[in-house]
Amino acid sequence: MSARPAPVTRRRPAPALWLLALRLLALWLPALAAFAALLTWGKPLAPWAFDWPDLLTPPVDRWISDFVRWLLNKATFGLFTFREATRALAAVVDAPYQIVRGLLTEGFGAWPPLSWPPLSWLGVIALVALIGHRAGGGRLAALVAGCFGFIAVFGKWTSAMVTLASILIAVPIGIAGGLLLGLAAYRWRWLARAITPVLDLMQTIPVFAYLVPILILFGFGPVAAILATVIYAMPPMTRITLLALARVPGEVRDLGRMVGCTRAQLTWRVMVPSAREGLMVGVNQVIMLSLNMVIIASMIGAGGLGFDVLAALRRLDFGGGLEAGFAIVALAVALDRLSQAAARPRADARRRPYLWAALATLLLAGVLAWLVPAAQNYPRGWQLSTGTFWNEVVRWINVNYFGTLEAIKTTLLLNVLIPIKRFLLGLPWLGVAALLALAGWRLGGWRLALLTWTLTSLIAMVDLWAEAMTTLYLCGISVVIAMLIGLPIGVAAAERDGLWRVVRVVIDTLQTLPSFVYLMPAVMLFRVGDFTAMLAVVAYAVAPAIRYTALGLQGVDPALVEAGRAMGCTRWQILTRIKLRLALPEILLGLNQTIMFALSMLVITALVGTRDLGQEVYIALTNANAGRGLVAGLCVAFIAIIADRLIGAAARQARARLGLEGAA
Amino acid sequence: MTTIRRLGAASALALLAALPALAQESTDPIRITLHDWTGHLITSRLMGSILEQDGYKVEYVQADYLAQFAGLETGDLHLAMEIWETTGREAMDAALATGNVQNLGPTGLDAIEEWWYPSYMEALCPGLPNWEALLSEDCAAAFATAETAPKGRYLGGPVTWGGFDEERVAALGLPFEVIHAGTDGALFAELESAIQRQAPILLWIYAPHWAPAKYEGNWVQFPQYTPECYTDPAWGLNPDLAHDCGKPFGEIWKVAWSGLETNWPGAHAAITAFNINNEEMGAMITAVDLEGATVEEVVADWMATNEDRWRAWITD
Repeated sequence: MSARPAPVTRRRPAPALWLLALRLLALWLPALAAFAALLTWGKPLAPWAFDWPDLLTPPVDRWISDFVRWLLNKATFGLFTFREATRALAAVVDAPYQIVRGLLTEGFGAWPPLSWPPLSWLGVIALVALIGHRAGGGRLAALVAGCFGFIAVFGKWTSAMVTLASILIAVPIGIAGGLLLGLAAYRWRWLARAITPVLDLMQTIPVFAYLVPILILFGFGPVAAILATVIYAMPPMTRITLLALARVPGEVRDLGRMVGCTRAQLTWRVMVPSAREGLMVGVNQVIMLSLNMVIIASMIGAGGLGFDVLAALRRLDFGGGLEAGFAIVALAVALDRLSQAAARPRADARRRPYLWAALATLLLAGVLAWLVPAAQNYPRGWQLSTGTFWNEVVRWINVNYFGTLEAIKTTLLLNVLIPIKRFLLGLPWLGVAALLALAGWRLGGWRLALLTWTLTSLIAMVDLWAEAMTTLYLCGISVVIAMLIGLPIGVAAAERDGLWRVVRVVIDTLQTLPSFVYLMPAVMLFRVGDFTAMLAVVAYAVAPAIRYTALGLQGVDPALVEAGRAMGCTRWQILTRIKLRLALPEILLGLNQTIMFALSMLVITALVGTRDLGQEVYIALTNANAGRGLVAGLCVAFIAIIADRLIGAAARQARARLGLEGAA
Repeated sequence: MTTIRRLGAASALALLAALPALAQESTDPIRITLHDWTGHLITSRLMGSILEQDGYKVEYVQADYLAQFAGLETGDLHLAMEIWETTGREAMDAALATGNVQNLGPTGLDAIEEWWYPSYMEALCPGLPNWEALLSEDCAAAFATAETAPKGRYLGGPVTWGGFDEERVAALGLPFEVIHAGTDGALFAELESAIQRQAPILLWIYAPHWAPAKYEGNWVQFPQYTPECYTDPAWGLNPDLAHDCGKPFGEIWKVAWSGLETNWPGAHAAITAFNINNEEMGAMITAVDLEGATVEEVVADWMATNEDRWRAWITD
């Protein structure tokens, strides 16, 4: 290796590999040795390095509780209080929501002569089919009608329309808000730096941590649920907007300037359309994440399908849970495909005939519904149900294969999971903070070192070290497994259109099917505990690993691939030397999102009994202790931020070493 | 003189205040919370139907059991029909302390929570339901899994339920390890799984619920709970530790926003009078969860057969 001559074309000759390795060893060997020494002999000498003394724990949770109480009850802008302001905002969101809800489920007016029924199921299906036809032709129309038909046939119509009403409000707010924030952050670099930690917080602090303040500020009911949904679903839109705008070729921007675009024209007529492909991934994510919140939203008054899922699983009616769960998936698929198709420009589509057709459909459906009750409400007699079929399936597996499953689980637990957990739980916070700071310093300089050091010690200071390590153990293992599964699938699907279509349906399903639906059968087969929690986290976090890998590979400039082929690269070389390297930013974004998704599942894993930060948040919720919940939520966010920054810095360094600085 | 005048003014005021209160009740709907367990849906719908019979408008809002207190304090929500002494006490006390929430008394239902096992375990661990049977190594082994062996495995409720099971195990010297299920869904999924395989299980069960009606089994009989047992280490078998007894049983409370009393005094009286018992409730839960009836049908049925009772609640 060392004999390879440095290429003359490079500005900076790459140091020989052995030298690099030696330098790395010289730095890390003493550090790791010191760490091992602390781990082995440190406990009696410096117990405070393992467990922060309770006396020195600052009562942060009390401070936060006091602040929240002040904000909720006393804070004022002079003319009106803070709570009045948020209530006014809630009313603004509530007005369109009431209209949509009236249209879809409740109708208008309370007394018979003045009342107006909601749109009938036939009318809604015809309408979405028409929209589908306008956006994407006959096939899309059939798909969308099929999705809505599925919901009607399985008797979930009313619940689904309640859910749809809140989604129809939450998704546009999330998309518009995320896009505008992303555009602003692209224009002003300081804003980009300022909002990055905020986005991390929005996506990683478990909803339960700020549930109580939100309910008090925005009132109990669908609006609070909509706003909680927006908080959770918006960050990917902003992130992707930033990334997509950065990927717009410089020539396009220059062209826009040359033809004399104003700043607004440049943004809306040039940059946004050029970045459309990337932006649509953001739209997809907002839709998926909004539907993912359906369960939690139903706990705070949104009702709908989420409530059906919870109620069915409470009775251990797996079939019922699965049907309601797949109704959520059907909504997600229909909305996503519609929005993706609508964003594609179509030359031949004329608006007017569709508008007339839509009006005619509505009129016809209305008259029909008035004449025939079955056209208004889907009749009970026509409904299908899987009944007890799924319960029987689970029973059959349980009775026949429990022993085998138990053996596999026990082997994994005893040999992999528990040793890693024991090891992590035994680590001194001082050593971990020092190692992370060292890594931060090597990868990104003293600022990163300071950040990782501070955040790590803060977790130890608020006395949540053990919970944080349990979190790290559970999410760390899950992320590794998710990446190991997701990367190869993403690579394979990126090059095969047919496979990609199938994979997309699968990952959309994984992302929107409420984890509860498969968590409860998993509990029956694997008992409560870390293993079951890990299964749920992997199932959810594998989706972004696949999605972003495929997106990155598909976005590689075909000219470069062609050039590679012309130079005689093999397929493998094209993949590893060209595509994967150029797709590195997206793949790393995928890793980032996999970590974020894994951490966001903590709320759910707490529900199968893990003792991590998610559980801490959940306990705080039950004690109505806003401070304790937010402190634990912040610790989750800290872990996410440390991981994100270290990965980002490592990626920048790797790109610099590969001479790819200009590529992204 | 001044006293008389003041008295007169006070009585006039009182009259003024009393008259409109009798005459005009708010026409706004009363918002009742719904949770995700069947028993609660039934009590809430029962109360709602009774209030509707009395001429009130009722709205049902789905809410989380614990998060609902935020709504009750601000008046966004008005009535929660089931706050269990055993699981909701802390949150309820915190809410009552604000003065914005009132306790409208017991529903008449009694919450039971205790360690429970299916009947077939009595062959493997003779001596049950007496708790002392659990002390033997053979019994612990019968309930053990690979992860807990040689100790037995006891599946506790979600950490949020409290329950002092770790303390109970320590105080009574039981050779058991406490594993917490995260939700009661997980709890009953494990129970169902074990029963299908006739496998050993020992877990926390509560009633009124469909599980003790559907499966044959028994509550473990611990030394009976007294308040001193939880607070005074000297009490009971273990002189050094508290919690050397069973779990407390308790009332299920009706809790409302304080504004309910001023806005809908008639409804306030009806809710306070509302009272049903465990047998009725158990039968209704069984009808819904095991026999496939809808909540609405069961509620309508109860309303028809118990008309005298609920008429009496709304007439005073």
